[in-house]
Amino acid sequence: MSYFRAHVLVCAGTPCMLKGAGAVKDALCREIERAGLQEEVRVVETGCLGPCDDGPVIVVYPEGVMYSKLKPEEMSRIVQQHLLKGRVVEDLVYRAEKEKAKPVVSLEEQGYLDRQYRIVLRNCGRIDPDSIEEYIANGGYEALGKALTTMTPEQVVATVKDSGLRGRGGAGFPTGLKWSFTAPIAADQKYIICNADEGEPGTFKDRLILEGDPHSIIEAMAIAGYAVGADQGIVYIRGEYHLSIERLQRAAARARELGLLGKDIFGTGFNFDLQIRTGAGAYVCGEETALIESLEGKRGEPRLKPPYPGVAGLWGKPTVVNNVETLANIPPIILKGAEWFRGIGTEKTPGTKVFTMLGDITNQGLIEVPMGITLREVIYGVGGGIPNGRGFKLAQTGGTSGGCLPKEFLDLPMDYDSLAEAGSALGSGALLVIDDSHCIVDVLRSFMKFFQHESCGQCTPCREGTARLYQLFSDLAAGKAGQDAVQLIKELCQTMQLSSLCGLGQSAPNGVVTALQYFEEEIQKHVAGECPAGVCRISMGSRAV
Amino acid sequence: MEMVKVTIDGREVQVPKNSTILAAARAAGIEVPTLCYNEDLDVKGMCRVCVVEVEGSRTLQTACSQPVSDGMVVHTNSPRVRQARRVNVELLLSNHPQDCLGCVRNQRCELQTLADQLGIRELRFPRQVKSEQKDISTPALVRDPSKCILCRRCVEVCHQVQGVGALYPVNRGFDTTIAPAGGVDLGDVACVQCGQCSLVCPVGAIYEQDHTERVWAALANPDKHVVVQTAPAIRVSIGEEMGLEPGEVTTGQLVAALRRLGFDRVFDTDFSADLTIIEEGHELLKRLENGETMPMITSCSPGWIKYIEHFYPDLLPHLSTCKSPQQMFGALAKTYYAEKAGIDPANIYVVSIMPCTAKKFECGRPEMIDSGYPDVDAVLTTRELGRMLRENGIKFSELPEEEYDAPLGISTGAGVIFGATGGVMEAALRTVYEVVTGETLPSLDFTAVRGLEGIKEAEVDLKGKKVKVAVTHGLGNARKLLDLIKAGKADYQFIEIMCCPGGCIGGGGQPIPTTKEIRQKRIDAIYRADAGMPLRKSHENPAVQTLYKEFLGEPLGEKSHELLHTQYTKREKYPEKAADM
Repeated sequence: MSYFRAHVLVCAGTPCMLKGAGAVKDALCREIERAGLQEEVRVVETGCLGPCDDGPVIVVYPEGVMYSKLKPEEMSRIVQQHLLKGRVVEDLVYRAEKEKAKPVVSLEEQGYLDRQYRIVLRNCGRIDPDSIEEYIANGGYEALGKALTTMTPEQVVATVKDSGLRGRGGAGFPTGLKWSFTAPIAADQKYIICNADEGEPGTFKDRLILEGDPHSIIEAMAIAGYAVGADQGIVYIRGEYHLSIERLQRAAARARELGLLGKDIFGTGFNFDLQIRTGAGAYVCGEETALIESLEGKRGEPRLKPPYPGVAGLWGKPTVVNNVETLANIPPIILKGAEWFRGIGTEKTPGTKVFTMLGDITNQGLIEVPMGITLREVIYGVGGGIPNGRGFKLAQTGGTSGGCLPKEFLDLPMDYDSLAEAGSALGSGALLVIDDSHCIVDVLRSFMKFFQHESCGQCTPCREGTARLYQLFSDLAAGKAGQDAVQLIKELCQTMQLSSLCGLGQSAPNGVVTALQYFEEEIQKHVAGECPAGVCRISMGSRAV
Repeated sequence: MEMVKVTIDGREVQVPKNSTILAAARAAGIEVPTLCYNEDLDVKGMCRVCVVEVEGSRTLQTACSQPVSDGMVVHTNSPRVRQARRVNVELLLSNHPQDCLGCVRNQRCELQTLADQLGIRELRFPRQVKSEQKDISTPALVRDPSKCILCRRCVEVCHQVQGVGALYPVNRGFDTTIAPAGGVDLGDVACVQCGQCSLVCPVGAIYEQDHTERVWAALANPDKHVVVQTAPAIRVSIGEEMGLEPGEVTTGQLVAALRRLGFDRVFDTDFSADLTIIEEGHELLKRLENGETMPMITSCSPGWIKYIEHFYPDLLPHLSTCKSPQQMFGALAKTYYAEKAGIDPANIYVVSIMPCTAKKFECGRPEMIDSGYPDVDAVLTTRELGRMLRENGIKFSELPEEEYDAPLGISTGAGVIFGATGGVMEAALRTVYEVVTGETLPSLDFTAVRGLEGIKEAEVDLKGKKVKVAVTHGLGNARKLLDLIKAGKADYQFIEIMCCPGGCIGGGGQPIPTTKEIRQKRIDAIYRADAGMPLRKSHENPAVQTLYKEFLGEPLGEKSHELLHTQYTKREKYPEKAADM
């Protein structure tokens, strides 16, 4: 085995690839060869390193220096100065807090990981996702081995239950409890489905987890299969996630070669294999019963519940559907135990949460932080604050179906219960920051445009309600809304929340409901024909009388 | 049965475990408003009108779908429930043309009734009505997607009951519409035109092609000799159109009403039903003798014919070559009757009153012109006849009973029972038994083939020769039998297949509503009518006997072959236009 004195990790997540990471890597390799360093320096493609907005990003180890916003022509400087002479190229170094004058040189010093705690992203940006050996060298498949050889399925379920892990797809349902419904059912076939149909606007955590550490999902699905008695797994993944799909396929093939998937895993007689199925881009297919309908070849529409999928899911068989991030937590929980996991995060919501930060925030990208961190810490700490000297107006947590929280909530702990109480949701982990240059009516109108398009069209309140809300907010933005517009919106939102068939319609009005609580005055002013933020082009001539 | 205790609006009821809240509420004497719910179809819970409050539940629950549990406390009229129910109906109305006065379902519309029941007097939401073209591509049905409220009953009945799958939800969100896959027209896909969709539609989004105007025109034309035939099922259903309870036999009033509309002769399809039995019975015997394709399957039901042409074209040789009674009647009206009455067939206008929308398709089939003219000129469904009678101000229930005209109005009880599932089989057995054995049947009632069970079987001993028969209705059931035949596992000699559930009494042109319960009442009425007939065997019909003597010669003879038998067309399952997409 050859020894390399330095490793260069090139982020090969989708955001960096879109920004030209491929060309950067090619240039880097060329320069390394030109300098004759190919026996000393190894270039590795990894999953997401985090600061997506500043890509392409690389990290040079052993120092741990992160370079950002790279161009291929800059690679010769990195090779000549850093790799050959050991001098950090200061002007290319990534700076988490942009205002800081003095560049810092290592990941630790940069403070990027200070407030972060990586369980889910433990391997992202550290290993080559295409290498099962690197995964195994970092403790991969050890949890599966431990579960299969030293634990009963009941013990696995109990461990996950005790850990307090809650579903990271959005609803926050306790994972162990979900498994415990399916495990005792006698059935000739059960299924584990990994829900990778990530569709919430602004959310791309599952994509980057799958790109960065596909084996962690495969391992977790096998553990889940052992726990509930399923020998078949299906990853239902967004069709647009080409890189995730490719890496997952390669990972599954390698796992099969090494006997980590297939028959008689670890010689224990346990069989488990998985297939990858792609979705066609309907937001509603992230809802687990719509996902199952889609897998069965039908139109992706939520089913009436009961029966729940845990009892009668895919093809009518007991089925556990878990989100990607949820599953990524499983191997560490099995290895380190429920107690360890409960020690992170809050009492009611242990563990970490992966957030995707976007909007009017300095550091856009992927972070993993302990549950219960405040909005302020995320936005002004890890996120680096709001750029362009603007003030904070609101944060929408949990994706487009989350609520709009004004600055009074900046010290709110980010966990399922606190956010639900404030009328928002932890949801998928998208964190959209909106500064004070925006108008609430304009923002809500864009949310409703999304839902009007993504409602499956099945039930009245969602199908018609999202379209009416879009219309009402368009009328408000145009200064054409009637005097009763706000009252109508309130009644409509309540009806959607209370009577929609599935979570999509029930949560679609969350943004509007919270805005009516916290920004009612601004909305009411639109009825009177005024847009305080000066965004809506209200023509007084067109006002309805 | 395990019972659970539920409290609904303060009233305690005991209901079987797994009942829905809706059923429990009804048991408590409380009517929860519904819209998409249909008692004969799978529950979809889509309109969200029947929402109720269940204590301990965060959201409202749909009464139609939610099972009760012991100790459940339900409120059907809380402020939250009232608001949600009203807003949901208001939302549907905001996307509805609201041209009620000119709508085919005016005063017979479930949405209109519901809006009235909820006291909706103001339409508060901004209106946005999908302006979609009417689909008039089929001869039988009109689709008007702009009126559709997306309850999906039509989709359910087309897929689950009929196994046809001509209609789907297409597009997503607000753009969702119900249409053939790919959004093509109904005429471009394998739709059998049975009209079951029109029977379950709560509004005016799908209905029959209207033939009333052309009939009014013919009646007003002094040069036309307008004759009318009434299908067996009409006498037990037209009363419902005229305000009577389901299940009344109104044969005499029907004849009287048609005379008052101005028809020159009022004849009966029962006559040609008797004739069908003679022809089909002899065809069966001939096939049995010559060892031809078995089992033989009936061919009276045009929706069924179109179904086998699309979905099982390889099995077409199993079909009897007999035309349906409607078409046999038309062919004879413009030949035998024209000759006998001394009227130029070019001036004879044949109107059929049918329980069926597919009959409108059948009369336009290119082969149905054996008399030299279209055998049948216009087909009115029971619903259309109801509209004409109402327009004419006819007080149906007060009419005196009148008799059909001779000769094409003379029939037997065997012809009447064609209207119910199993009727053709029973009529055929009555005749075949006596023709083969030369003996009189001890009992005329073959009860094994009657009723609403999906597939019925019977075995008849024809003096040592056993004949095994099967009867089915609804195309979803038919598919099961056809798959057996395809697999070579069907040991029947004769099969009756009717397109619609319950047979013609449940046809797509029948009064709305047509529920399972109402179907049973109409069936009971059919057998009452049969029992009340002086003659109950087709071969004893004197007018049919005379017809053979004077005109046809013998069953399956040359004239019969020319006028009363037909051939079928192989059709694609995925027609060209749909496959191009």
